[in-house]
Amino acid sequence: MTTKNQQENQAGITQEGRFYSAERLHAMHDMMLFVRRFEEKAGQMYGLKKIGGFCHLCNGQEAVCIGMEEASEPTDYMMTSYRDHGHILARGSDPTAIMAELLGRAGGIVGGKGGSMHMFDKEKNFAGGNGIVGEQVPIGIGFAFASQYRDDKRVSITIMGDGGVNQGAVYESFNMAALWKLPVVFVIENNQYAMGTSLSRASAETHLYKRGISFKVPGIQVDGMDVLEVERKMTEALEHARSGQGPIIVEMMTYRYRGHSMSDPATYRTRDEVDEWRSGRDPIVRLQKQMIEAGLATEAEFKQKDKDIKKEVVAVAKAAEAQPEPDLSALWDDIITDEIPNAYPYPRQVG
Amino acid sequence: MAKITYREALNQAMCQEMERDDRVFLMGEEVAEYNGAYKVSQGMLDKFGPKRVIDTPITELGFSGLGVGAAMAGLRPVIEFMTWNFAILAADQIVNAAAKMKYMTGGQYDCPMVFRGAGGAAARVSSQHSQAFENWYANIPGLKVVMPSNPADAKGLLAASIRDNDTVIFIENEINYGDIGEVPEGEYIIPLGKADIKRVGSDVTLVAHSRMTGYALMAADELAKQGIDAEVVDPRTIRPLDEATILASVAKTNRAVVIEEGWRFAGIGAEISARIMEKGFDDLDAPVARVTGKDVPMPYAANLENYALPSVAEIVEAARVVCNRA
Repeated sequence: MTTKNQQENQAGITQEGRFYSAERLHAMHDMMLFVRRFEEKAGQMYGLKKIGGFCHLCNGQEAVCIGMEEASEPTDYMMTSYRDHGHILARGSDPTAIMAELLGRAGGIVGGKGGSMHMFDKEKNFAGGNGIVGEQVPIGIGFAFASQYRDDKRVSITIMGDGGVNQGAVYESFNMAALWKLPVVFVIENNQYAMGTSLSRASAETHLYKRGISFKVPGIQVDGMDVLEVERKMTEALEHARSGQGPIIVEMMTYRYRGHSMSDPATYRTRDEVDEWRSGRDPIVRLQKQMIEAGLATEAEFKQKDKDIKKEVVAVAKAAEAQPEPDLSALWDDIITDEIPNAYPYPRQVG
Repeated sequence: MAKITYREALNQAMCQEMERDDRVFLMGEEVAEYNGAYKVSQGMLDKFGPKRVIDTPITELGFSGLGVGAAMAGLRPVIEFMTWNFAILAADQIVNAAAKMKYMTGGQYDCPMVFRGAGGAAARVSSQHSQAFENWYANIPGLKVVMPSNPADAKGLLAASIRDNDTVIFIENEINYGDIGEVPEGEYIIPLGKADIKRVGSDVTLVAHSRMTGYALMAADELAKQGIDAEVVDPRTIRPLDEATILASVAKTNRAVVIEEGWRFAGIGAEISARIMEKGFDDLDAPVARVTGKDVPMPYAANLENYALPSVAEIVEAARVVCNRA
């Protein structure tokens, strides 16, 4: 239930007993809208052939990205699959560096080596951006293992999709994480489709939060279209992991408005289905309505905000595009740390 | 110098490095309470405790990935495969993650870790447990591949591999685990990327690694009886390869035989002989010969298994051919 907060005379919204200040709500809203407009811009740049390869957009899933980030500590680790733009933006990485990466520029977040699928930002504890479905899950428990080894109370937020959850690596990871009580939150972004295959065509058990039962990993299901619920449930999950109780699964029920990637017209689902999510459950519109009802903003303010963010995104794209491509010498950088100069293959040489 | 086994030498290297650096830990199947399937980690659980010597479920892909994540987070994992045959299950983490993490992240994340275990043919365990995969890993930028052929090298190379800041594929040999040799006591490091001349000779160069180094040395003894003075070069590090030592030897002998346990097609011998052709063509008095495992899955029957593997006699014969003495 959403009500205008009466306590402390502070403007905000209380939902399920948790208070969100107006300032925080605006920040969450603005970030979701920024991710939405950023992704739309990326889609447009892809259409213009300025972005190459694969490009997986997260339109519709913004509440998951922003709600999780709101709940986590900056020192917590986070890693995901290739649908990574929204998550790394939410973590606070430089949007220009992310757009530059999409454009294959020198100032890209990984210097133009990774592109859309391989966004990393070590400073923000964002460990990818991993292109092989499910690959990041064992890596995620490795970060959690390091956290437990050093007893530094950091949690590893290990994100996968409803497609990734069918990989064997995921269950190997559930087992070890539970066995050793590793501080990890397994987030399953259930957007209903693994590429073009619907959940029911790929999964015998479609309630993905139950997938940890035989490993004694508890699971919860969350409305991933409600940023406040995501924040609240994720806070609980992080507390569970951080307090030494071991892993937990959080299934985020969400939806991607676009195809799997830019080359996917998404003919495997009906227009009505997409519209139902898009106009009925959109996380940005939902939060806007809540804030307007609570008297924290007006429609006009949101319209103006949207204009400002669109402008911001245009400026980001412009700045990224103005960057040079990587120097050809960068081809040879960052392969080996301890180079052995007199052994073949010789560093930085052909043959 | 103390005389110890190849497995004890590996144990010493791991203990030495774990005492030196508390970020180093050992993880794998049966490494702790069982003291290692091949007893390489004998006593390490008692010495370092369960936090640093960790038994895993049988889950190669999972614990390899765990190692990758732990390395990215700043630890120095030593991940043991009971044998390299099982590492195929973990290939995604080795090839797609560890090998290219530094590159793919624009240098932000390193993956300093060792994957180690027994490679090559064991005895009488048939097709799935007797295989040489060094050429698979040697093909991949971002990896180093190290293969010791005797106890001293096992210690010095494993210690260097654990200290190395890259991902090292460290392939031991099950048949060699019980071999005894003189091994320096205390801290002992052999730099990676350095070949070793195991026998000095002037008539023909035998290039061999891992268990085949011992075969090449036996072949050299036999050749000596026949009046052929063979030099035996052990690359020790397969990738990157100290080809200068091999080429210098060939410049002296003008003849070369490359020996490996693995299959011939696209094997290590193919690469080494191509390099001798590219860089030492004018030094050659005969085409480079290769002695390899036969192009078949490993059979169980003793006579068939024996036939599938390279033999000392085959090495002797190949050396005689390149020396025009066949």
